[in-house]
Amino acid sequence: MATEILMPALSPTMEEGTLAKWLVKEGDTVKSGDILAEIETDKATMEFEAVDEGVIGRILIAEGTEGVKVNTPIAMMLEEGESADDVDAAPAREPAPQKASTPTEPKSTPAAAKAPEAPKADTSPDWPEGTEMQTMTVREALNSAMAEEMRRDETVFIMGEEVAEYQGAYKITQNLLDEFGAKRVIDTPITEHGFAGIGVGASWGGLRPIVEFMTWNFAMQAIDQIINSAAKTLYMSGGQMGSPIVFRGPNGAAARVGAQHSQDYAAWYAQVPGLRVVQPYSAACAKGLLKTAIRDPNPVVFLENEILYGRSFEVPKMDDFTIPFGKAKIWREGTDVTIVSFGIGMTYALEAADKLAEDGISAELIDLRTLRPMDTDTVIASVMKTNRCVTVEEGWPVASIGNHISAVLMQKAFDYLDAPVINCTGKDVPMPYAANLEKLALTSTAEVIDAVRQVTYR
Amino acid sequence: MVARKSTKKSNISADDLSKYYRDMLLIRRFEEKAGQLYGMGLIGGFCHLYIGQEAVVVGLEAAADEGDRRITTYRDHGHMLACGMDPNGVMAELTGREGGYSRGKGGSMHMFSTEKRFYGGHGIVGANVPLGAGLAFADKYLGNDRVTFTYFGDGAANQGQVYETFNMAALWALPVIFVIENNQYAMGTSQKRSTSSPDIYTRGQAFGIPGEAVDGMDVLAVKEAGDKAVAHCREGKGPYILEIKTYRYRGHSMSDPAKYRTREEVQKMREEKDAIEHVRELLISGGHASEDDLKAIDREIKEIVNASAEFAKESPEPAVDELWTDIIADVAPQNA
Repeated sequence: MATEILMPALSPTMEEGTLAKWLVKEGDTVKSGDILAEIETDKATMEFEAVDEGVIGRILIAEGTEGVKVNTPIAMMLEEGESADDVDAAPAREPAPQKASTPTEPKSTPAAAKAPEAPKADTSPDWPEGTEMQTMTVREALNSAMAEEMRRDETVFIMGEEVAEYQGAYKITQNLLDEFGAKRVIDTPITEHGFAGIGVGASWGGLRPIVEFMTWNFAMQAIDQIINSAAKTLYMSGGQMGSPIVFRGPNGAAARVGAQHSQDYAAWYAQVPGLRVVQPYSAACAKGLLKTAIRDPNPVVFLENEILYGRSFEVPKMDDFTIPFGKAKIWREGTDVTIVSFGIGMTYALEAADKLAEDGISAELIDLRTLRPMDTDTVIASVMKTNRCVTVEEGWPVASIGNHISAVLMQKAFDYLDAPVINCTGKDVPMPYAANLEKLALTSTAEVIDAVRQVTYR
Repeated sequence: MVARKSTKKSNISADDLSKYYRDMLLIRRFEEKAGQLYGMGLIGGFCHLYIGQEAVVVGLEAAADEGDRRITTYRDHGHMLACGMDPNGVMAELTGREGGYSRGKGGSMHMFSTEKRFYGGHGIVGANVPLGAGLAFADKYLGNDRVTFTYFGDGAANQGQVYETFNMAALWALPVIFVIENNQYAMGTSQKRSTSSPDIYTRGQAFGIPGEAVDGMDVLAVKEAGDKAVAHCREGKGPYILEIKTYRYRGHSMSDPAKYRTREEVQKMREEKDAIEHVRELLISGGHASEDDLKAIDREIKEIVNASAEFAKESPEPAVDELWTDIIADVAPQNA
């Protein structure tokens, strides 16, 4: 049977082209791979090859014809034994329309159109009342979370720079080598891009890696593996394959380490679908959330803070203490303003709330703890009560976590706001080295107090 | 090019030869069909065809055992067919349909099959190299003797993360075969213009990784080299590099006019070095198959490929709800 040779699409955007030159004539025998014609697209002149073998019966579009639509028949190909006379040289017709995709509204629409309704905040306690407590630093909490999970699951291992013999650049992995051995506590060369990729591959191979970055600043070398390989694979594989891996390390400014070692990546990673993003403040949150992170089937970005490592908090004494993702913690209840923060931002927020209380301003203080998924329900429910909101973070102001919360509040609690939301953030500058300038580049307790006074008009 | 070795017929059976012929032909006909569907607008975006390079993946799959893993770049259709993935599922992914391996959400460059131990289809040049070493890391950690074939091109061989990976793979003696499919062009830039040394496999020497160049237009030479590399890895001796000198007949992707090389260069390769023709001649001259036998294989392959195209056209587009699924897993995926 004769087959039509159609005008091909030769680029992702081509709709029509010029049939510049025929390289075969009627009666020629062609085989797969032979060049039939030259076709000019909007970008280039391309050679068009035969796919099947046969004889060119009729040429339907003369060379030099411009504006030939994709899928228009340009020639007829005959099979063995057919003659051109058998073929009705049909006039060139309009291309048959290909099945067009008509996007219809997906069921889960963005929440923008929904009428505001008071969401239910999950205010259940992180541990049962009456649980015995112990004082622990954030460093000890992170260390014990990893040790517990490594005892529980043999596929959990940690790799990174100086995690083993040096006992951790910040001593988060102290004693792990002694207990678990060199097979499971692995010193890497200083090659973040490479070992992050090896970690992701290992997670596909049946293991549960913890990849420590000496700081998140160095993970910019590895961000392609974190996002393109770890975060997107579950989706790209149609749910076949995921990446159960934890990337962790100190994030944000420490003290006097300059622009390249002081960036807060909270907003960067929080933007990526497919990731979990955690930034704990207290030791209890660090422990409970890291254990959850190690068990989670998804890639987790776990953002710690060097200054917080040495701070002590009360941590529950429990055999297996975990905190679920997507559940904010209300540190103190209040009625006049909602302060939303996370990570080290909580130090400013807590201090500000204490000082404001002395002046009779009652602040409700929310620690987001996980930035993806983000517990916006707790924030919205609080703002519906206080009608005012201030956000606090050390990261840069443009496209910050605070910006996102402000947008959510406009959409879902617009009628409840009595003042514009104010975002207290780091300044829009690279981190300076000089002590006085570094202090100015970060946000501060005074800025938070000032913002609260602005939104409460007091 | 490496000179074609005189083929050792002694240890290759007629069945093996016939299988290589069939597997390579399936890839070629499948890719030609994909090119045709692209021309009809049924396949969109980028589409990188494997035509010309068939002997590389077919030869190495012949050296692989049950349980071995493979991972590659975006020129991945051949690898999927060679490891036994269903042509219908691959073609339907190319057309972005529900019946595709990723239910239409991955496309030409992003398909996976944990069942066949195929770990993608990766679109970032060089990124799959540490990922492949990571798969090998898992096997070593779990204490089995599996091997991971990590394929990449001469272009990717200049990426920094490749050398980070060589270092760690050698340091930790990972059972990974780095397969450099050297088709001589990194998109439009010839190896001469992009790569300081003519023999990329020698770069492993700096890390103590043995390697060799292989004639990638000779499936038997590829299989032989693959056997050697696999044995090396399985014995726990660490990584191995195979630089397989091959040639792609088509452009880098469908929209590449390929003006960086002459038509004569491509024609010469096709006429003098074609890997499928080579096996065809061996089958005929060795008396292993008649012209009719081969025609029967051709017909059978054509039917498989046509059926895959039909399936890929008939399979519906993914349901709109699919937009929102597979972003976050609720339970651990069965990766291993």
